[in-house]
Amino acid sequence: MQNTADVVIVGGGIIGCASAYYLAKKGVSVIVLESDGSIGNGGSSRNGGGVRQSGRDPRELPMVMWGIRHLWPTLSEELGVDVEYTQKGNLRLGKTETHLKILRKLTDGAAACGLDVKMIDGDEVRRINPYLSGEVIGASWCPTDGHANPLTATLGFYKRAREMGVRFLTGEPVTRLQKRKGKIGSVITPNNVYAGEKVLVAAGYESRVIAGTVGIDIPMQKVKVECLVTEAEAYLFQQMLGTAEADFYGHQTKHGSFVFGGSTGLEPCNIDNGTPVSSSIAASCICRGIMKYFPALSDAKIIRTWAGWIDECADKIPVIGPVEEVPGMYLACGFTGHGFGISPGAAYSIAEIMTGGCPPVDLVPFRYDRFRAKI
Amino acid sequence: MGSVNDRSRDIGKFSEQPDDDRIICRCEEVTKGEIRKAVHDGMFTMTEIRRYLRCGMGLCQGQTCAGLVKGIVAGELGISPSELGPATSRAPMRPVPMKTLGNEKGGGY
Repeated sequence: MQNTADVVIVGGGIIGCASAYYLAKKGVSVIVLESDGSIGNGGSSRNGGGVRQSGRDPRELPMVMWGIRHLWPTLSEELGVDVEYTQKGNLRLGKTETHLKILRKLTDGAAACGLDVKMIDGDEVRRINPYLSGEVIGASWCPTDGHANPLTATLGFYKRAREMGVRFLTGEPVTRLQKRKGKIGSVITPNNVYAGEKVLVAAGYESRVIAGTVGIDIPMQKVKVECLVTEAEAYLFQQMLGTAEADFYGHQTKHGSFVFGGSTGLEPCNIDNGTPVSSSIAASCICRGIMKYFPALSDAKIIRTWAGWIDECADKIPVIGPVEEVPGMYLACGFTGHGFGISPGAAYSIAEIMTGGCPPVDLVPFRYDRFRAKI
Repeated sequence: MGSVNDRSRDIGKFSEQPDDDRIICRCEEVTKGEIRKAVHDGMFTMTEIRRYLRCGMGLCQGQTCAGLVKGIVAGELGISPSELGPATSRAPMRPVPMKTLGNEKGGGY
């Protein structure tokens, strides 16, 4: 097999797989290199599954809104895999006046961008979701938000792209990029060298290390998230849930399990031994958080916990687009823990810009060179 | 594992077998045929098979079917089951009610 293609993608997560799919649709030949043994084993399979617009930075809103309007509704049919997309709204919950203040600010910002989102009081929250406790005094409500299954969505993009001829190699860690005549040239792994006219680096946090080999640095850090999964329960509700402080989020999945994420507050100091290991305190802490919001779930059995890394960008929105110093090189990283919902829109835009087309939304807010000192 | 895995390599065509409707993962009711088909969809590892089909994601967390699934996947890929790494085991090893798990004293580190 040849080690050259029009485009070499570094990273087999949902951004890499979806970009490969949209590029293949345009007739572009693609090789995807993934360091892990499995496709999508990083943040793509380790997130709460939110397909959300509310609560986002206004700079991200046009892209995620476009994706929710144009890509998510038909994604299962398109990929031939059920991605379990459910568009039944998002409640972002508040229990104190301080929470409501945060929510009002987010809601005003999003509404100014044309998003259908509003503040509702505690009674209205419980009309939408009767299982929420009386501690909830208000929420933001966005009816066009929802959730999907990150596992089948990531693998669905992979499956479809593979069927269309994209070559995927796992267990193939990229150690460095190499320029040739001032342009992107080779993608180098311990045993092989790959070459592409264009290279997309979409490797989560590891993008920082890889881009660094051609002198490009994206200010981001690894932050741990932890989640738990219950056994399948009777149907309770379909909304995506979050909180003002983003300390708790989740939904009930199609097969009945609840997936809830949360934080202990100790994440910045968690030990990093190379793999995202569930800490001994997180699941218990998340359980206490959930029971305050959902007393009815206190008997639900936890069957599984997991943890993952967020590639948190300095200003908490991703870097998407070409790198001017290295012609032919593109970045898509730093999605900061809310990359799943935006991934189809982001990947579609990447495929457009890499083929000389016009992305459906302006990519200027995502430039790699936007970071500035505060004074 | 540890070596490069080319997902485009030829593993032959999927052909039906008489026992394809046999349930392998009892918790999530996943059949042998579904597992074999998933391999042809490109799911070459236990982790991918699990996430794609949900086998091993139910109440027993794959403690019953993991060995069987591994044998089927390895057979389809034409490799030895020992070449397939296991799917990750995740705490708690038995289902624990939320009110019990959340009741550890003090939330200490």
